[in-house]
Amino acid sequence: MLTTRIIPCLDCRDGRVVKGIQFGNLRDVGSPAEQAALYESQGADEIVLLDVIATVAGQAAQAETIRAVRQALSIPLTVGGGVRSIADARRLLDCGADKVSVNTAAVQNPDLIDQLADQFGRQCIVLAVDAAACTGGGWHVVTHSGRQPTTWEVADWCQVGEQRGAGEILLTSWDRDGTRSGYCLDLLRHVRNGLAIPLIASGGANGPEHLWEAIEAGADAVLAASIFHSGDFRVDEVKRFLSARGVEVRR
Amino acid sequence: MTNGSDNLVAVVATGVANVASVMAALRRLGREPYPVSSASEVMAAQRLVLPGVGAFAAAMQRLMELGLVEPLRERIAAERPTLAICLGLQLLAGGSDENPGVRGLDIVDGQVVPLPARRRPQLGWNRVAPGAESRYIKEGYAYYANSFCLTAAPAGWVASWSHCDDRFVAAIERGPVLACQFHPELSGAWGRECLARWWEATGC
Repeated sequence: MLTTRIIPCLDCRDGRVVKGIQFGNLRDVGSPAEQAALYESQGADEIVLLDVIATVAGQAAQAETIRAVRQALSIPLTVGGGVRSIADARRLLDCGADKVSVNTAAVQNPDLIDQLADQFGRQCIVLAVDAAACTGGGWHVVTHSGRQPTTWEVADWCQVGEQRGAGEILLTSWDRDGTRSGYCLDLLRHVRNGLAIPLIASGGANGPEHLWEAIEAGADAVLAASIFHSGDFRVDEVKRFLSARGVEVRR
Repeated sequence: MTNGSDNLVAVVATGVANVASVMAALRRLGREPYPVSSASEVMAAQRLVLPGVGAFAAAMQRLMELGLVEPLRERIAAERPTLAICLGLQLLAGGSDENPGVRGLDIVDGQVVPLPARRRPQLGWNRVAPGAESRYIKEGYAYYANSFCLTAAPAGWVASWSHCDDRFVAAIERGPVLACQFHPELSGAWGRECLARWWEATGC
């Protein structure tokens, strides 16, 4: 059977890890390649690298980061951050990404999903969706790192993404992200219902129990950043916990 | 077998498939991969890797444009060291339900069909059960990224298997030819060992 994936996420800016490992001086090293290799050795199933380009020089730094991570990594690498065109995606893939993640640009131009899937195959395209709770209930899609609301109902947008060629959905609860209060389980169930492609849960994990809850709610994979970066939990530790709860994981 | 040319391995680069991960994995093994896209290079290579992602029809179209269909058929018929990955395996078949009417390389019997799975594409790690006579595949977890597959073992080939809702072909092999539905280059230490076994068994 296909196993449930545990995916550590590295947040970078201009090629530097911005939410780094907290212990000692390592934070200043900011080497995504070292962190990625560490997670692979702990049993991570995949690495997601979100590299926001903040400056013009950032593009070269981003390319260098991806090459360095690819060199070290023998598990899949998904890269997101500023993909607005076929050319952007090709640049990331040529550097060694296995999948590219699109978010804001896909909302602004949904045809981009079709174009990317036609060009690279749908298994290569991750649609990242940021969802925020509406005051009257339900969730809508937000873009620009949560700053801008859209009129898209979240499940509708995920289904449109699937129809247009996304290979999987990376769903982040904007209300939970960084709060360490657990994944938004109602949101996961709501989106899971209408979706045939894999769903990755993101936003809010504080420990193995939260990952288990998200998997129970229908997530095919769980993404987490701070619980691993902080050193609070190791990937193999989380997998032992999940395995004891009956979740099939690669060990 | 460690002199210069024995360390080389050609990787078919059609321009539609991403070859960076395959190249990186071969380099981690200490090998020297180089991209090829011509018939003469495909014929001349001691070892050849045929990676593939994307759609069946687009990949066949590209192989035809580059004049690689006959060289690949000849190479594999002559049982010269060749490793096909993911769509590379599917291209060996006669055709695919992904693009009905498009002829594959037609080297192995069978038709590529939708993966027997509740969710497609399959993106993740799945257990592999090696065929009894497999030289290259051991029990373990492999990384897959596919929506289509073979569900029957082609005549004359040793098959290894994985399961979603039903079983499907994880890999087929015959002599120094290995075709994997999974991505050995992305399958961690298990994948690295698989690549290493293929390498060792295909020396001059």
